[in-house]
Amino acid sequence: MIEIRDVSKSYGATPVLKGCSTTVAKGEVVVVCGPSGSGKSTLIKCVNGLEPFQQGRIVVDGVSVGDPATNLPRLRARVGMVFQHFELFPHMSVRRNLALAQVQVLGRSAEEADARGLKLLDRVGLAAHADKHPAQLSGGQQQRVAIARALAMDPVCMLFDEPTSALDPEMIGEVLDVMVELAREGMTMMVVTHEMGFARQVAQRILFMDQGEIVEDSPAGDFFAAPKSQRAQLFLSRILHH
Amino acid sequence: MDYHWNWGIFLEQVKAGEETYLHWLVTGLGWTLAVSLAAWLLALLLGITVGTLRTVPHKGLAVLGATWVELFRNIPLLVQMFLWFFVVPELLPPDWGLWVKQDMLAKEFVTAALCLGLFTSARVAEQVRAGVGSLARGQRDAALALGLTLPQAYRHVILPQALRIVIPPLTSEFMNVFKNSSIAFAIGVMELTFQARQMQEDSEQGIETYLAVTLLYFICAFAANRGMAWIEARSRVPGLIAKPG
Amino acid sequence: MGEFDFSVWGPSLPFIRDGLLFSLRLTLIAMTGGIVIGTLLALARLSPFKPLSLAAGAYVDTMRSIPLVLVILWFFLVIPFLTGKPVGAETSAIITFTAFEAAFYCEIMRSGIQSVPRGQVWAAQALGLTPAQAMLNVVLPQALRNMLPVLLTQSIVLFQDTSLVYAIGAKDLLKAADVVGKNYNRPVEMIVLSALIYFAICFSLSLAVRQLQKRVAIVR
Repeated sequence: MIEIRDVSKSYGATPVLKGCSTTVAKGEVVVVCGPSGSGKSTLIKCVNGLEPFQQGRIVVDGVSVGDPATNLPRLRARVGMVFQHFELFPHMSVRRNLALAQVQVLGRSAEEADARGLKLLDRVGLAAHADKHPAQLSGGQQQRVAIARALAMDPVCMLFDEPTSALDPEMIGEVLDVMVELAREGMTMMVVTHEMGFARQVAQRILFMDQGEIVEDSPAGDFFAAPKSQRAQLFLSRILHH
Repeated sequence: MDYHWNWGIFLEQVKAGEETYLHWLVTGLGWTLAVSLAAWLLALLLGITVGTLRTVPHKGLAVLGATWVELFRNIPLLVQMFLWFFVVPELLPPDWGLWVKQDMLAKEFVTAALCLGLFTSARVAEQVRAGVGSLARGQRDAALALGLTLPQAYRHVILPQALRIVIPPLTSEFMNVFKNSSIAFAIGVMELTFQARQMQEDSEQGIETYLAVTLLYFICAFAANRGMAWIEARSRVPGLIAKPG
Repeated sequence: MGEFDFSVWGPSLPFIRDGLLFSLRLTLIAMTGGIVIGTLLALARLSPFKPLSLAAGAYVDTMRSIPLVLVILWFFLVIPFLTGKPVGAETSAIITFTAFEAAFYCEIMRSGIQSVPRGQVWAAQALGLTPAQAMLNVVLPQALRNMLPVLLTQSIVLFQDTSLVYAIGAKDLLKAADVVGKNYNRPVEMIVLSALIYFAICFSLSLAVRQLQKRVAIVR
């Protein structure tokens, strides 16, 4: 579903990604972790072309992301993305947040988009809040709306960029619950997160990144039982004993 | 020096005509409003366009936008009025220039509104650019990640937010337009300042004249302020607290 | 397209120079006086003594809400009544611009003073400085420094605004260009020349201010 081959990227002389390669199969859940500044958010933003990269190749569902001829909006419409800071559109009601891209990008009718949006809103447990504006919701509620907004586009896979790290601790659970359920339904997911509990529960594979490199790419069980690299060991011990 | 107050002067007839001084002032107010509102409309249209283009990642557009802003910002408005009124017609093809100089209707008004509109558009453009710049990059990313094209992202996500942010600074620009319209007197638009000078010379009651005109400018500024406050209240987003200042 | 004859620029230069010198002199005097009076007005506006802060506020708000041309006309009319004798357009212009710009500098200095953290005042007072000493030695120098780019930008606007003395016939750069243009019957060429001079001066000054702004930003 997602194929990343030798992707490198730099800002001027500063390298941020160095020869990253991996694949995410259909229905697979891959968690990307690593210390801050390791390039994991940059890598996941390369997957839907929000960050350009200078070398290598990324193919998503048969479409090459870096190819100048690629219709990026069309590709992005099929790849859902959830951001650290939710990025709901604050000037629109929840209902319109969900409908906007369905109407503008997929060409659905307003009624159709609204019905689809409400269905997904109900699924994340927020149907009662359809007519509120984002600023009237809690952080956890906003992130659940953001997930519903991405799902409303019927994506073939989902990217999560630290979806819980801007949340108060008591709201993390409600967002993770939605993500676990999504994983169990067979959604292909690439998730940048520090939530190791979530990773243990649903991830098939773990990518560990440090200084722009994918240091480790192992099945989840192996990673937690015995991380191969010292850097990953250190990272795990810090994060688990916190 | 002694000053002879005469508050009844407004109802007296002007020296060389049937009309009263009050009539002059009302005409002046009309032209002030006409020049200011026409210029403001032009400034909003052009300013929002130029300001938006300056935020798009495109070298040529950026240079064009910067030139636009620097040109209008670094020449005094009065000199710009003279440039549009005296110089630009000379640069046109001869028959156009002749038409502008001889046949164009309300030539002073059109020139003043055009000049003030362009001048103000550069200032509006800077505010709009700053407004777009103050939005977090995440909003643009989120819009693009949903598959919106860049123009769609601007239309539905970026501009609606940026324009709300710039309403307070645009309020003071709108009030500036009324003040700046006074410079149109120099090319013969019969607006308030023109009438003030004319009435002061004709009636020799300068203080009463200037007081009345000052009051009228106050009212314009106040109305502009209230108008923008109304728009701001109408466009408020539920749950978002207005940022102070 | 009309016939242009830019040969008029040569003989016009002595007149243009005199006009430009007056414009610059007017700018510098109004800037210096305006910043001093503006700072005093800012202190008055921030004063806990209500009548003083209200009076300063009323003065500043009035100046800021009427057109400069009208203020120029007002002062030209009123100054002779106050002094008892007619004054020249040049003197009137200098008084007007100082008084008018003070209102704008006041608002800049006020936000500058407010930008200095309260902790600075507490620290100064903890060292035994009186409030006046703290203001003069600790707060104002920092306020002036923080606001320097804004004060200079306002002064570029002031330089452009001096062209409005046209309304009372003071002999500044624009008036000089106007007079030469009429004498040689080349008004169009002279307007172009004055626009070029204004642009060259204002544009290079604003570039310089931008450089300064970058440096101040780094030091802070």
